[in-house]
Amino acid sequence: MALPNKPLGELPAVANPEVVEHDVDVLIIGGGMAACGTAFEIKKWAPADLKIKLVDKASMERSGAVAQGLSAINTYIGDNKIENYVKMVRNDLMGVVREDLIYDLGRHVDDSVHLFEEWGLPIWKLDAEGNNLDGAQSAPSLPAGGKPVRTGKWQIMINGESYKCIVAEPAKTALGDENIMERVFIVKLILDKNKANQIAGAVGFSTRENKVHVFRCKTALCACGGAVNIFRPRSTGEGKGRAWYPVWNAGSTYTMCAQVGATLTMMENRFTPARFKDGYGPVGAWFLLFKAKVQNGLGEFYANSDAVKGELEKFMPYGASPVTPTCLRNHLMLNELKAGRGPIYMATDVALNAFLDAKKAAGMDEKGVKKYWKHLESEAWEDFLDMSVGQAGLWAGANIEPEKIGSEIMPTEPYMLGSHSGCCGIWTSGPDEAWVPTVDGPRSHQYKWGYNRMTTVDGLFTAGDGVGASGHKFSSGSHAEGRIVAKQMVKFCRDNASFKPELPKSAQEYADEVYAPVRRYLEFAGASTASDVNPNYCKPAGIMMRLMKATDEYGGGVATYYMTSGKLLNICLDLLKMLREDAELMAAGDLHELMRAWENYHRIWCVETHIRHIEFRKESRYPGFYYRSDYPTVDDANWKAFVNSTFDPATQEWKCEKVACINIIETEPWV
Amino acid sequence: MPSYVDPSKCDGCKGGDKTACMYICPNDLMVLNKEEMKAYNQEPDACWECYSCVKICPQGAIAVRGYNDFVPMGGQVHPMRSSDSIMWTVKFRNGNMKRFKFPIRTTAEGAANAYPALKCTNLDDELLSTEKQLPSPTMVAK
Repeated sequence: MALPNKPLGELPAVANPEVVEHDVDVLIIGGGMAACGTAFEIKKWAPADLKIKLVDKASMERSGAVAQGLSAINTYIGDNKIENYVKMVRNDLMGVVREDLIYDLGRHVDDSVHLFEEWGLPIWKLDAEGNNLDGAQSAPSLPAGGKPVRTGKWQIMINGESYKCIVAEPAKTALGDENIMERVFIVKLILDKNKANQIAGAVGFSTRENKVHVFRCKTALCACGGAVNIFRPRSTGEGKGRAWYPVWNAGSTYTMCAQVGATLTMMENRFTPARFKDGYGPVGAWFLLFKAKVQNGLGEFYANSDAVKGELEKFMPYGASPVTPTCLRNHLMLNELKAGRGPIYMATDVALNAFLDAKKAAGMDEKGVKKYWKHLESEAWEDFLDMSVGQAGLWAGANIEPEKIGSEIMPTEPYMLGSHSGCCGIWTSGPDEAWVPTVDGPRSHQYKWGYNRMTTVDGLFTAGDGVGASGHKFSSGSHAEGRIVAKQMVKFCRDNASFKPELPKSAQEYADEVYAPVRRYLEFAGASTASDVNPNYCKPAGIMMRLMKATDEYGGGVATYYMTSGKLLNICLDLLKMLREDAELMAAGDLHELMRAWENYHRIWCVETHIRHIEFRKESRYPGFYYRSDYPTVDDANWKAFVNSTFDPATQEWKCEKVACINIIETEPWV
Repeated sequence: MPSYVDPSKCDGCKGGDKTACMYICPNDLMVLNKEEMKAYNQEPDACWECYSCVKICPQGAIAVRGYNDFVPMGGQVHPMRSSDSIMWTVKFRNGNMKRFKFPIRTTAEGAANAYPALKCTNLDDELLSTEKQLPSPTMVAK
């Protein structure tokens, strides 16, 4: 019998990978909605000789947060005012946002949605009687006046199983297959040797063959999504894969940009969505399309109680909005749970039967009601089957039929992201427009410095989950933002035509760094009869669990109902310091494990910035997402401001600072 | 709900460089064991159950078994995806079955217009290639 001290998987790593060097003008890192937007847009602006390369860790057809599909496009302005979109986002994110970025997003997003429809994405429409038509039924297109099926003010319903495939197809065609590298994981950005604060390249490796890729570029987009598996999840066995956000997002965007000195903003923000328990199926359609309500364990529909109204008054002006901010909705739910009035149920049964009762009351015959029910039932299941099949699997396994019994909902473990109902990310320039405020001081205080969505590092751009203080862009907004960046990167190349990127180290030195975990494995694996337990190294799987335990217990995870404090946060930072040191001892025997090792480096850094920001901000800005027991309230008088942080790659030091938050859209009325 | 491979159906995509499931998995989970010429999910607790491998497998060899830490045994959700629609079969633990069919695309595969001939020149404003005009904010703060 062979001893289990051999590499996992099927693609063993070798000590000396081939090293390949690439010279390009534009490097696009990522393959999700934002990067697809960039790929679609860029050649429409680029001169014919501009060299562009897109590098994706996965394959574009199913990479990023939309890989599985979606049941809605969450941002479509349509007949609404963009200014009201800004107000909604501002209120949902408790006042501290970049209104220039949000307005700019709002004025571009519909153009992307119209392209999606043209490309073949089925969008639900209303017929003349106000009934829902699925996206394959004949109806005018959105630009031709077709009425989308709205759920709430900003979302529209789609048949979105193939959403990502449809968006990736023209992105790939426009850029050309020869300019796309899939299954290459970029792990580090590189600054220029000669020109300070200028991006000059990146290094990554193939997850399919033993090859390290070193890129030189004039400008780069870093758009690799948010961060998942950074706090201990509620399911720690097989179910830890059933993360609410895509489990392959490892915080790479934030870490890679921060490490070259890009200023981060609002990294204290996190998202702990309340979702169907365990399966993490979406709740938006249940609330907004099916008008379902939440019930506590006593059967009370607590959301409109006097006690709740009183609680919301503590958080003015945010609590006054007809749509309560997401964090405060969580806060109300947590109050129920902490008072022992759990579990919280989505009353799916009450909601669906109300529709049937209304039809019956309106005189619909039994046959008609039956037909109507088939349609309604199909809509209810499609919501899961389009984007969260596992939730359907949980209902099937547990014999749950939503018309007969409600389902439990629960706030999840924390995630970091900038495109959904969260706003952590990187501080970027807004558009070069007169209405964007001019602010004196360093870029970390300014709102615009010439290139829309450029980070504080010259030539380095981000989009989607990467752009901070500008949430609620979702899939459509991320695509639009990627398109904005495309044009700006071409402009940057035009303006810096004479710049010749030069890397401070040799390609081989970068390859040595990237493959260090492999060399450690090969050197020490023989010291133990079992590959995973060895005194000389630690494995990525164990490091991830150690990270998630530290953040959960000290950083305000589910273990403490999201409660932390200055004392606990500093313990967390101490634990992360040692974890960061030990991460240097990670070992990887195969290419998949090497990917996991580098994802963990990214996770650890990214969480450290999160903890640092929460520690710096002496208040609880997002009750329901996290609480500081030592500063338990929202303190607008002192903290209605951004927290920005910058890592100096030369001195290896962090600096956190408070930065003024400027309102561009009227504040009276606030919403 | 990790995916699993039925060895009686998997043919390793006939020894190509990469199998369909390896090509598509967003989390790099599917691998081919070349000795057996069968694919498998190498890290079930990192499976998002996105069903990309299930949908793409040319042999219909991949299915999903609910996460063993919270899904009771016996249910299954399984798709059949064509170029314009997807049919889902939902089998409950108690044996009940439901079927749903949804459209997935209104154009032929490969027909999405990438606007290859569209060339724009003014890099100094904020308009995107298919846009005609852009508004500026009204209702501004005083």
